[in-house]
Amino acid sequence: MLMERTTYAEGARRAWPLAVAVGGFGLTYGVLARQAGFSSASVVVFSILTFAGSAQLAAVSIVADGGTAVAAIAAALLLNARYLPIGLSVAPYLPGRAAARAAQGQVAVDEAWAVSHRGGGRYDPRLLVGAGLTIYAAWVVCSVAGVAAGSALGDPETFGLDAAFPALFLALLAGQIRDRRLLVAAIAGGAIALAMVPLVPPGVPIVAASAVCLAGLRTR
Amino acid sequence: MTTTWVVVLGASAGTLVIKGLAPALLGGRALPARVAGAMALLAPAVLAALIVTNTFATGRHVVLDPRAAGLGAALVAILLRAPVLVVIVVAAGTAALLRALT
Repeated sequence: MLMERTTYAEGARRAWPLAVAVGGFGLTYGVLARQAGFSSASVVVFSILTFAGSAQLAAVSIVADGGTAVAAIAAALLLNARYLPIGLSVAPYLPGRAAARAAQGQVAVDEAWAVSHRGGGRYDPRLLVGAGLTIYAAWVVCSVAGVAAGSALGDPETFGLDAAFPALFLALLAGQIRDRRLLVAAIAGGAIALAMVPLVPPGVPIVAASAVCLAGLRTR
Repeated sequence: MTTTWVVVLGASAGTLVIKGLAPALLGGRALPARVAGAMALLAPAVLAALIVTNTFATGRHVVLDPRAAGLGAALVAILLRAPVLVVIVVAAGTAALLRALT
């Protein structure tokens, strides 16, 4: 019994400002992926199926830099590993059968998850799905727009688009550093990756940086 | 199948499973605190690694080129609380300008 009636529309309303930001990210992703040599169809299918900006961008940047498919997939899945605990946190509040709950889990992206939090670790499934679908629509539509723009542009380096990748990752990181422990993890991850660059093929340093979380197991 | 499609379909399949797993299987249990704490470190570490490699690496070589200036400009924009699109335009514009001048 919820004290307050919530609706999908309310979730969509609360997600609207976030959807604008996500749309801008989607536009950038579409441009960069197209410039990195991904076909228009694969760029859009990636957004429809994966719906995780940082993971998609990571995979694209690794392929663009000559990394292997395995390294690109591994980096994407490591970035999406946070959706395991996010899924665990919302799971008790999702209605329906297993398949329906798994479907709702697909739209429980960072922003929608934040919108649906009602405090004290409780989550509202209608807010979650309303917000998630709104952000999903923005993500896919703007990816398509980015593909169109990316196909029209010329050499990416002329426009400094190669510098857009790290800038975007930095903006994402800045939004996630909420305490000192996370800052230390970021610095350590960056240091490990830089040290590994001359030693291993492109993409592998990024996967190696995930070893940082082993330290997290020991410090508690 | 090309590398790009392998990446798109492989990453998508893995993500579908990751996102759907807990909602499909659970019922109210949470991760042990130690594991959840370790998982929380994953995203910042991997994002930082992406920043470093996308800025200072070309293949297996560590390089300093206009991308570094772009990243510096992005950091300033982020500290000034600029929207994400502005951050990206500032970074790309800085790198492009440096290349045009040199």
